Amino acid sequence: MIKFQEVTKIFPTNSPNGYPTTALDNISFEIKPKEFVSIVGRSGAGKTTLLRLLMAEEKPTRGQVFIDGLDIHKIKPGKLPAVRRRIGAVFQDYKLLPSKTAYENVAYVMEVIGADDLEIARDVPEVIEIVGLTERTNNFPVELSGGEKQRLSIARALIHRPEVILADEPTGNLDPYNTSDIIRLLLKIHELGTTVVLSTHNKEIINKLGKRVITLENGKIIRDEEEGRFIL
Amino acid sequence: MFTSIKRIFKSGWQSFSRDGDIAAANIFIMTMTILLATSLFLFKDISQILISAIREKADISVYFKTAAQEEDILNIQGELSKIPEVKDVEYVSKEKALEDFIQRHKDNQVLMGSLEEVGGNPFLAALNVRAFEASQYQAVVNFLDATLEPVYQNLIEKVDYYQRKPVIERIFALTSGAGKVGISLSIVLAIVAILVAFNTIRLAILNQAEEIKIQRLVGASNWFIRGPFLVQGAISGIISTLISLLIFALICWFLGPKIEFLFSGLNVWKFFTGNFFTIILIQLSTGILLGAISSSIAIRKYLKV
Repeated sequence: MIKFQEVTKIFPTNSPNGYPTTALDNISFEIKPKEFVSIVGRSGAGKTTLLRLLMAEEKPTRGQVFIDGLDIHKIKPGKLPAVRRRIGAVFQDYKLLPSKTAYENVAYVMEVIGADDLEIARDVPEVIEIVGLTERTNNFPVELSGGEKQRLSIARALIHRPEVILADEPTGNLDPYNTSDIIRLLLKIHELGTTVVLSTHNKEIINKLGKRVITLENGKIIRDEEEGRFIL
Repeated sequence: MFTSIKRIFKSGWQSFSRDGDIAAANIFIMTMTILLATSLFLFKDISQILISAIREKADISVYFKTAAQEEDILNIQGELSKIPEVKDVEYVSKEKALEDFIQRHKDNQVLMGSLEEVGGNPFLAALNVRAFEASQYQAVVNFLDATLEPVYQNLIEKVDYYQRKPVIERIFALTSGAGKVGISLSIVLAIVAILVAFNTIRLAILNQAEEIKIQRLVGASNWFIRGPFLVQGAISGIISTLISLLIFALICWFLGPKIEFLFSGLNVWKFFTGNFFTIILIQLSTGILLGAISSSIAIRKYLKV
C-alpha cells in the first residue's frame, strides 16, 4: 500500500554549521494494507521527515514515495488534497485548529471531504464519544489538557475512516497514563482495519506492542523486523 | 457545490465574529482607506468646481464705439461664438454696464459723485469673451483684427486683451498647476492607504499561517481554505463602507452650510446626496476589493504546503 523507493532527503542549509543535512539516506521499504508499523529512532534519525514525505509536506531529493501505486510527489498540486483525505494524521504538537471548538475541529474534516450535514451531525458526536471527549465538545483547543488535545486529534484523524493513520510521536508530550490511552486508541483503530504508521522513541510502548518495527539511525534503516523490539 | 459555498460563508462569518480584535483593527484601517478614497473623489470634483469658478472670472472685453448699433454688436457676437476656441460670449449693453456699475458701487460716495459729474452714460457697450484656455485668447484677438469684416472692425473701440493678458495667464497657470498637484497628491495618498490596509490584512493572516497549514494537511482544497478569508475580508469591507458612509454623511451635513458660506455655489451636502450612489459604489468597491484581494494575495504563500 505504501512504498518508499530509494528515498533520500537532504536539507540544504538546515544544520547549525550551515552544511547540508541528510535526513534520509536511500531508504526503501513497503507497508502492506492493515499493517501496524512503528518507526523508531533517536531524535534527528529521520522519523518525522519520513512521515512528512508521506504527507507530501516535503519533497524527496531523490527517490519516490507511492501510495497504492501513485507517486504522490509527481501528482498535480490540485490533486494533493484528495490524496491527503485518504490519510489521517496525528501530530506530537496536535495541530488542532485553534479558532474552532472540539466539535468543529472534527467536523471540519467531514466538511472538507464533502459529507452532508446529516452525516456530520451523526458521526462527529459518535467519534468524540469514542475518544472520551463528549463533555468537551464545545471547548476550544486552548481549554483542553495535553491528553485531551491528542485524543481530539485522533478523533479528527479517524472521523472520515481513512485508509492510513500516521501518528508522529503522538505521545511525546503526554504523561504515562495518557500515553497508554492513546496507544489503546491506535490499536483499536488498527483492529478495525486501518493501516497505522506510528513514529516514536518510547521504548516501553514498542516493546509492549509486539508489531513490526523499522529502526532508523542517521537517516538509514538499520533494522526492519516483524514483532520487533526497541533496540538502539 | 452549494453545500461547500454555504460552509465557506459560514466559516468566514465564524472567523470574523470570533477574531474580534483583528476584525476591529482591519475595519479601522479599511474605514480610513475608504474615507480617503471618498475624499479624493470629492476633492477632485470640488476642486474642478473651484477651478472653473476661478477660470470663469478670466475673460477679455471688446468695447464698441458709442455709435455702434446693438444689431451690429449682436452680429459680431454671433461671429465670435462660431470660433471653436470660444466658450461663450456675453453682451453687455451700455445701460446694463451703467446699472452694474451703480449696483456695485452704490455705497461709494466718491465714485457715485464722479458719475453724476460726468453726466449721462459714460460706459461703452461690450462683449465679454471667455475661451477654454488662456492661450486661446490670442486666436480671438487675431479674429477681431484680421478675419472680421472691416465694417465691423471699425465699430470696435478697444480690446482689453493686452492689459489683462498677464492676469489671465497667471490664473490659468495656477489653476492647472493646482489640478496637477491635487492629482499627484491623491495618487500618492491612495497608494499609501492601500498599502497600509493590505499590510494590516497580511499581518492578520500571518497570525493564521499555522491554521492554514493544518487545513492543507487534513486535505482541504485551496478554495475551501481561501474562501472563508475572502468572505472575512468582504465582511470587513462592507462594515467599513457603512461606517465610512455614516461618517461622511455627517461631515457633509454638518459642514455643508459652512463651506457654502465660504464658497458660494459649493454645497457639499447637495454634492453628497447628488452623488450618493457613485459614492456608495466607490466605497463598496474599495472596501470589498481591498479586503478580498489583500486576503487573497496574503494567503497565497501559505497554500503551498
